[in-house]
Amino acid sequence: MTNATRHSAVRQPAAPPLGSTRLLAGLEDRSKPVRLGEHLARWGELPDWGRPLVDEVQAAGLVGHGGAWFPVATKWRSVEARRLRRPVIVANGAEGEPASRKDALLLSLAPHLVLDGAMAAARAVGATRVVAYVGRRHVAAVAAAVADRRRAGLDPVAIEVAVSPDAFLAGQESAAVNVLNGSERPLPSFTAIRSVRDRGVAGRPTVVHNVETLAHVALIARFGARWFRRVGDGGNAGTMLLTVSGRWGDPTVVEAPIGGSLADLLRLDPAIVGNRAGALLGGYGGGWVSMHALAGLPLDELAARRIGTSLGAGVVALLPRDVCPLVEVAAVVDHLRRHGAGQCGPCANGLPQLADLMWDLALGGPHARRTDVGSITELCALVEGRGACRHPDGVARFVRSACLVFAEEIAIHERRGPCRFVARERFLPVPGVPSRRPSSHHRVIR
Amino acid sequence: MTTWRLTLVVDPTRCDGRGVCAELLPEWITTDRWGYPILPSADLPGELVGHAELAIDQCPRMALHLVEGGR
Repeated sequence: MTNATRHSAVRQPAAPPLGSTRLLAGLEDRSKPVRLGEHLARWGELPDWGRPLVDEVQAAGLVGHGGAWFPVATKWRSVEARRLRRPVIVANGAEGEPASRKDALLLSLAPHLVLDGAMAAARAVGATRVVAYVGRRHVAAVAAAVADRRRAGLDPVAIEVAVSPDAFLAGQESAAVNVLNGSERPLPSFTAIRSVRDRGVAGRPTVVHNVETLAHVALIARFGARWFRRVGDGGNAGTMLLTVSGRWGDPTVVEAPIGGSLADLLRLDPAIVGNRAGALLGGYGGGWVSMHALAGLPLDELAARRIGTSLGAGVVALLPRDVCPLVEVAAVVDHLRRHGAGQCGPCANGLPQLADLMWDLALGGPHARRTDVGSITELCALVEGRGACRHPDGVARFVRSACLVFAEEIAIHERRGPCRFVARERFLPVPGVPSRRPSSHHRVIR
Repeated sequence: MTTWRLTLVVDPTRCDGRGVCAELLPEWITTDRWGYPILPSADLPGELVGHAELAIDQCPRMALHLVEGGR
């Protein structure tokens, strides 16, 4: 039998995606998930790298997309060094950030990319257990994807599906591990003395990755680090998912090259810029920037941190001019103080006081109790870094940056009191408070 | 001779703001407006290590820890 007549058992490898549409390739205008057959036809089979994938992911320079921007290879190396203790991989799809939709989109439309990444990570670090930790509404879809993979005999390790609680901190790394270990509430641990990479799920070394991070791993495993770095600029290569609100109506998930121009991505023009009061980057633990600053910002975490914000989990919210920015900010701070774990004194005491002060700014006036920004920034400094997790740090950044960006509004409120018409509906989604748009809708654009 | 870098940290999930640590180590620990300890993130000076160990021992919530290396 010649080579020409022999049917090759090896499927033709898929062509690597060109340009910056990678994770979202083929997902526009879809409402149903990509099933296993279609997934393998589009992307080809997942190559079995094993341990060498750690070096490839390092060469790619992949960082985590859950908000902390931590290098993936570093996490893997610390756990791989403990492989005799049977590591665990957690695919974190909890997405507790109300303004973020990217994880929901991946789980509902492209679960196999996420699960491929989880398996590749498991093989790289020698994990013998993989858990998909997702919100209740994603459980059925993810379980169905897992069942399809089991029938196809794809994964050497069975993938478990666990429900994440509906809470802001549900996706926090140690809180997620604690939930998986049986805790009813997502309570973060004090990880300075012991990281989850040492003792995590069932006391075993645990790697927790945002589901988007795992989707990138799935493509690096197929197309390599050099392909990954073809898009992107400077220090950080590759693409990232953003959830954009206030630009195209409903919250819209887009994929963008890291390091690219935000102005180009958002198609900012003077009319758009003039019609927005400011922009929130990163999420409710991120930071506000002026529209002018946004227009000049590259999609780069270091650049964002230099101006007092963070790209975080990819939230970009452009605040329209027909809402009161101070009410929006106060409502979010209120939400954040209710959704802390309540374990740490400085945070449990400081956040309610911050919330009160922000409401004073928003609803006070010349005859109301005077609140100065100095006391607010003092409180921010008092809570920062003094909790077990980054919740108070996020609130501090959110508040401090708001006081800078909305300084003019604060001064006007001091003189004239609250805005005459304060909308009943919030622009920034706050669960439990009526908001302008449906909460579970998401759209994909290139 | 090896020089150890030690940092004194408080587990905020255990700390109740009783303040025993601030009493035993006033050169290093102050308290905030709510009674919770404020710990510098700098390396603990060698001459305070003994006092810190006493504070660790006496904390009613076992919330204090000495960790090696910088923070």
